Amino acid sequence: MAKNIQFELNGKKVELPLEKGQTLLWALRTNFNLTGTKYGCGEGYCGACTVIMDGEAVRSCGIAMEDVSGKKITTIEGLAVNGKLHPVQQAFVDHDALQCGFCTPGMIMNAYGLLLKNPLLTREQIIEGMEDNFCRCGAHKRIIEAIESVAGTSKV
Amino acid sequence: MENNKYYRDELPENNPVFELDRRNFVKLLGGGLFIYFQLGELLTGLATETEQRRSLPTDYNAFLHIGEDGKVTAMVGKIEMGQGIITSFPQMIADELDTPLESIKMVMGDTELCPYDAGTWGSLSTRVLGPSLLAAVAEARSVLLTMGAEYLGTKPEELAIENGIIYVKNNKSKKVSYGQLTKGRKIEKYLDVKPKTKDFSEYKIRGKSFRHADGVAKVTGEAMYSGDFRMPGMLYAKILRPPSHGATLVSADTSEAEKLEGIVIARDKDLVAVLHKDPEKAEAALAKVKAEYKFDEMKVDDKTIFKHLLEIPSEARVIKSAGDVESGKKNAELIFESEFYNSYVAHSPMEPHTALAYLEGDQMILRASTQTPFGTQDGVSRELGVELDKVRVIPPFLGGGFGGKSAFPQAVEAARLAKLTGKPVMVQWTRKEEFFYDTFRPAAVVKITSGVSKSGKISVWDFHEYFAGPRGSDTIYDVPDSKTTSYSARDAHPFGTGAWRAPANNTNTFARESQIDRMAVKLGADPVDFRLKNLKDERMLGVLKAVAELWGWKPAKGPSGRGYGIACGFDAGSYVAHIAEVKVDQKTGKVKVIRVACAQDMGFCINPEGSIIQMEGCIIMGMGYALTEEVMFTGGDIHTADYGTYQIPLFSWVPKIQTKILDKNEAPQGGGEPAIICMGAVIANAIFDATGARLYQLPMTPARVMEAIAKAK
Repeated sequence: MAKNIQFELNGKKVELPLEKGQTLLWALRTNFNLTGTKYGCGEGYCGACTVIMDGEAVRSCGIAMEDVSGKKITTIEGLAVNGKLHPVQQAFVDHDALQCGFCTPGMIMNAYGLLLKNPLLTREQIIEGMEDNFCRCGAHKRIIEAIESVAGTSKV
Repeated sequence: MENNKYYRDELPENNPVFELDRRNFVKLLGGGLFIYFQLGELLTGLATETEQRRSLPTDYNAFLHIGEDGKVTAMVGKIEMGQGIITSFPQMIADELDTPLESIKMVMGDTELCPYDAGTWGSLSTRVLGPSLLAAVAEARSVLLTMGAEYLGTKPEELAIENGIIYVKNNKSKKVSYGQLTKGRKIEKYLDVKPKTKDFSEYKIRGKSFRHADGVAKVTGEAMYSGDFRMPGMLYAKILRPPSHGATLVSADTSEAEKLEGIVIARDKDLVAVLHKDPEKAEAALAKVKAEYKFDEMKVDDKTIFKHLLEIPSEARVIKSAGDVESGKKNAELIFESEFYNSYVAHSPMEPHTALAYLEGDQMILRASTQTPFGTQDGVSRELGVELDKVRVIPPFLGGGFGGKSAFPQAVEAARLAKLTGKPVMVQWTRKEEFFYDTFRPAAVVKITSGVSKSGKISVWDFHEYFAGPRGSDTIYDVPDSKTTSYSARDAHPFGTGAWRAPANNTNTFARESQIDRMAVKLGADPVDFRLKNLKDERMLGVLKAVAELWGWKPAKGPSGRGYGIACGFDAGSYVAHIAEVKVDQKTGKVKVIRVACAQDMGFCINPEGSIIQMEGCIIMGMGYALTEEVMFTGGDIHTADYGTYQIPLFSWVPKIQTKILDKNEAPQGGGEPAIICMGAVIANAIFDATGARLYQLPMTPARVMEAIAKAK
């Protein structure tokens, strides 16, 4: 019998049999069908799979499921409340801060994670904190502006 | 705006009455007005960009439906990959039809529902498909107007339309909606002639900025990409890959992998795959497959490739010729010879090639990330040996394409494996596979001999491009003796190559605009002024003047030490000019782009904000091929197989960006690619202006910059 692990996913307690070698990314995408968290490289470079674990932005492709036990996980699907977009999501919409949209959930989760730690992010801190999230379409300028628009406001 | 979901899912997909004949839409969509039209000559134009084995359809092949609820459904064979036509097409349709923007529903790229289209590339959607689509809309409007006149007991001339409501001009209370008119009726119109579409002066929705229609779906994670679909019993496939291009499989031992629980092995000729419902289990099993290969690689690497390309037998084709370049060269007062190089570049979309394939009855369905749904349908049907109508491709959102998803091997693999296993199969390339099987932008060489008079007029221009491709190789300048020759050969490259955002034009514009800069410097002329003096095309002059004004350009001869570069060019019907400022660290050779300005003349601009976003994207993406992006390889072995070795632009790179779209009432032109073409040259010219060192090879890595600085001293 496989051991079960328990954790909190987008505010709900969940349980899952522990599969050796399974990462959080693929548990989210296959077991929970939360496909907003994307596979971009599987090697921790690109950030498309970023989620929040216990208040920290992490790369879910590099997190083994056994380390998720007892943790609180928030994915892009857990950010909007009752259909109302989170201010960071709304800022991305308002600034047209996306093109193909594939990196967008990871961008938003990383930005959200940065703001959780420091709601007063400066432009320089945004650039530094977002540096390792990759976008190929070249939406960077608007992503910076979107995050800047919510940093230091009462919105976050 | 309602277009925030992928509308395909709102259509009944497994309707039992649905037959393959497109005209049977009537059954599928119920009542309403149906407009079919032919793309005619335009379609032929669309197909020439690639080798299409399918004979061009002769039936009516585009389609618009106005439903009983007043909703308008437009079926187009194009796909959405971030370029924004899911936003701009509805603007065009709503405006032409006098109906609210919210009433437009787009169905894109579905090979069963949408008209044939050769592919989403070449910035063709708005400029080539657009006019045909608008013609259909204009016809729909005139049909509705006639019906409205009948209903209201008056003449069409007495009527006006607003927000999908037809009313009598001098008695607004007498009115009828589009939905009311089509209710309970099935009207089919086949359109051969193009009716008159609206004049620019009548545009109300076109020319205004609208946010991405798919924005909300994309910030919530709801937007569906190929890898996000799930089917009962679906297996993830991991495919055995050779260690290098040119390697052929001799034997594969899957016995160890087979021992793992739940593993399915599929073998068919060269295709060996391990499948599991858990992708990571499949991946782990693949690692247990032992394989032997024999190698027959091309003996080239990223350094020797240019010599190779110049030495192999190639076919020379004169693209354009005016005057006599040989006598021009003899008589030139000052002559310049240069050779430019650029390396292989990867597309690297954030979403790797992905496809889900499954059988529905005897039809293979593919949810594939592809820029060429119809080409994919062709390819899969050939591979499976079935009729075209036994394959249906339904492309969802694409996580970037840039030309790389014109090739669709992942879809063929998924279809083969679904057939072999009888299960739904998901093939999602790893990043390593993406960097291996990408159709790279080809390495290329450009040789230019040009001459100029001491008074500053270019007198001769002899341009030879090897393996870049001819797009953008034209002499945009006014030169009496000029010639452009293009060299190509089959199997010149050690791996696959293909179209990369503004194919060929990045290479050709880098060479041309660097050469122009060389001549301006030699003459002690201001590089903006030198270009203005040698251009005749009013629209090219227009963007140059516009970018100089935007920048606040002050004339100076190079190298001025300011680190300013300029370049201009033409692509996809649009004119662009860029100015850039760089800082060069002369100790390390590292280049920092401080500021980029770009002016673009793209004819009438449908969605200005959407187009500016494309320009910004072009500028940022273009910095990558200019400064760092280079596929490193030995023979068929790709060394740059991850993001640790292949460097794409990052947040810290983003310069100050200024953009301007010229206000033009001319036919709309391309917007997805033009603003990327100057990025190599504008940065190279800025580096020269900063350091006096001329770079002849892309990317301009710190090592190459240091080498050029040493050479200049």
